[in-house]
Amino acid sequence: MAGLGYACLLLALGICAYGICASIYGVRAGRPEFSASGRRSVYALFGVLSVAFLVLELAFLRNDFTFNTVADTSSRTTPLAYRAAAVWASQEGSLLLWAWLLSLWSSVALFLTRRRMRDVASYATAVLLGFGGFFVALMIFYANPFATTRPAPPEGVGLDPLLRFPTMMIHPPMLYSGYTLCTIPLAFGVGALLARRVDADWIKAIRRFAFAGWLFLGAGILLGARWSYSELGWGGYWGWDAVENASLMPWLTATAFLHSLMIQEKRGMLKVWNVSLVLATGTLAIMGTFLVRSGVLNSIHAFGGATLGVPFVCLIAVLIIGSIYLVTSRREMLRSENRLDSLLSRESVFLVNNLVLVALCFVIFWGTYFPLISEAVSGTESSVGPPWFDRYTVPLALVLVLLSGIGPVIAWRRATLANARRNFLVPTVAALATAAVLLGAGVGHKPLAVALFCCAAFVFASVGQEFARGTRARRAMAGESIPVALLALVRRNRRRYGGYIVHVGIAVLFIGVAASSSFQHATETQMRPGQSTRVGAYTVRYVRPTASITPKYDRAHTGSTLALGAEVDVTKNGRHVATLNPSEGYYASQEAAQGTVGSLIGGQPVSHVAIDGGVTRDVWSAISPEIEAPALKRIVDVGNRTLGSEEAPIALLYLARSYLKSPPPAQFHFIVSPLVMWIWIGGLIVFIGGLIAVWPAPSTVRARVAARARVRLPRRVVRA
Amino acid sequence: MAIVIVLSIVVLLVLIVLLVGAPLRQAAARRAGAVEGDTDNLAAGDRARDELEAAREAKYREIRDAELDFRTGKLSERDYRELDAELRAEALVILDELDAGVRPRGASGARSRSRRTGPRRRPSSD
Repeated sequence: MAGLGYACLLLALGICAYGICASIYGVRAGRPEFSASGRRSVYALFGVLSVAFLVLELAFLRNDFTFNTVADTSSRTTPLAYRAAAVWASQEGSLLLWAWLLSLWSSVALFLTRRRMRDVASYATAVLLGFGGFFVALMIFYANPFATTRPAPPEGVGLDPLLRFPTMMIHPPMLYSGYTLCTIPLAFGVGALLARRVDADWIKAIRRFAFAGWLFLGAGILLGARWSYSELGWGGYWGWDAVENASLMPWLTATAFLHSLMIQEKRGMLKVWNVSLVLATGTLAIMGTFLVRSGVLNSIHAFGGATLGVPFVCLIAVLIIGSIYLVTSRREMLRSENRLDSLLSRESVFLVNNLVLVALCFVIFWGTYFPLISEAVSGTESSVGPPWFDRYTVPLALVLVLLSGIGPVIAWRRATLANARRNFLVPTVAALATAAVLLGAGVGHKPLAVALFCCAAFVFASVGQEFARGTRARRAMAGESIPVALLALVRRNRRRYGGYIVHVGIAVLFIGVAASSSFQHATETQMRPGQSTRVGAYTVRYVRPTASITPKYDRAHTGSTLALGAEVDVTKNGRHVATLNPSEGYYASQEAAQGTVGSLIGGQPVSHVAIDGGVTRDVWSAISPEIEAPALKRIVDVGNRTLGSEEAPIALLYLARSYLKSPPPAQFHFIVSPLVMWIWIGGLIVFIGGLIAVWPAPSTVRARVAARARVRLPRRVVRA
Repeated sequence: MAIVIVLSIVVLLVLIVLLVGAPLRQAAARRAGAVEGDTDNLAAGDRARDELEAAREAKYREIRDAELDFRTGKLSERDYRELDAELRAEALVILDELDAGVRPRGASGARSRSRRTGPRRRPSSD
């Protein structure tokens, strides 16, 4: 079956080559049948890659260890769900996932635009097939997912313990969907520039895909943050890791684009800016993939090898140089059709918002790629850490949150000062009241956090005001009850009110970030059973040790051969709050030199964090038991000397018993973080708001609205 | 197993050729009856109509947004009336061009009448 999978890759490469030539010939020679054939090549690419993906997926599900990727990332003891997701745990499998998702979303985009912008779509088809061909070529020449070894090893290495977490199953597909969806606006942008059709039509066509890319990227980023918080054992959700930053940068430029494209749609302005943002977002998405897959930067995500660096750098260079050439050579036709009517307008706020988002992206870009640049220039590797990023991103984030509250209360085109004063009154009072309450509560020593809470209050008040006034207006026109009027208001103005809900979600998310990082209490201490320590207002007591062996008792399917941990009791003011069970999992290694028993637990240990989550705070705990304690080490040494590989698991029983009977002191890490849960809740609100904003109105409603508007137009003009 | 794989590849290849080649076959069958230049004019007409329809929908959205801004207190009545009249006049220009039928023209032709280069004024009606 590996042969079938590899043959599919070869067919895919051929399809890409044909499709590129057919699309370009079709548009240049005015032969629409070749353009249509090129578009169908994308559908064929999706079909062929689906077969290839199915072959690999079946190999994982059937434990076919002749496949190298299966042997390297799965095992018979890996639970079924994780085995299915292990397809994208490897370099090769993740490249196949990327190519497959690209072909899927490209097929959807080209199908939906098949009757419009035929010239633009033809060039876009060629670009998308170019990307597809690039990734397929990487698989054929550098990282073949269908490489085999015969005879097959009897057992696989198993899935990396760090990836045995539910959110990690869905995180790569979401992230890669985001990356691939971001290449679609890039492709159509290139097409629009090549076809010299930079009008409203192409913007309208790609808006939904830009939004979908933004949604998926955001979901992928948040899932990764959740994994980091719940699995990685350091207690944080964002570490300004290179790969985290790589996904955030295109999300920021996509956010800027989604705002400024509204200005182009309405006023025919910012054409250069929008097309540049679209090209930048797509390029940053490719650069993000490069960072994850090439291993060029040190990162917890460095699952990729170093062999893919050169092809990626070539592709990125082509994208950057090509983008600059296209924009500068078409700058005449990208002139704005109108000018800004007033500085006091929503257009102005969006412009400032765009500048802040791009500035954020630039700061993160510099901090992320600085090690590479530094090494290239001076020969010495260096890096910038979280304090550097926080210094520049926090003030910009504050401005961003504030702008997300200002935008909703300012009119398009022009607002009068009197109206602006009236509309800003309630949000300003809300912000000031929040400041007074917080300062009165004695949190003035964290000015940035206080400032952010005030900005968030401003956002809630301004959006709440918008919903209230809109509902009131709707009731005045249609005489509906409040709930019906509210629903109708949102349904008829999905973009606007969906966007407002997104703004609320962002404010909620930042409240969680500010509170959890500014008011966190953390303690690291060594304890024996019976001992306790303080973490903020909480007391945590080490009640008793815990141990589990073999997959039979591994309820969380962590795959550990041995897990040593503790039961911890959390109290506040003498009242029981929670019981936590953090543990450290020990995994088998492949190194025979560690001995028969040593190799059963000699793999990299993984912390299994225990969290008591709540609306007001999370209590987070991790443990690092002393596995090298003399009593435990003696058992391992004796077992290595006297037990063969078949009997070696008996030693695990002795290890567990010894640990339970005479537990050595363990290193504990406790964190109490206020309002962490609101980060995830805020993300969910953003997602819901985004879905509302992008959801299409039913075609019957659209036709009715268009017809009604058309009928009303002549009457209104006559009356005027 | 090898035979199954080979057969599968052959089937895939046939399906690909059928899918991808369908437009070429259809075009070859139609070619005898097509008048030269028809496709060019049709394509140019499609493009112009697509642009105008996109501009029309954007203009309708602007009109609705302006009304909502007024009803939610972001615009004074005087500003709203003035803006609404401007937007509706611009919309009428686009609708007139759509009603006039598809004429091959450049990409910027549809919007040039609403181009704002100086003080605000109603677009000309010719």
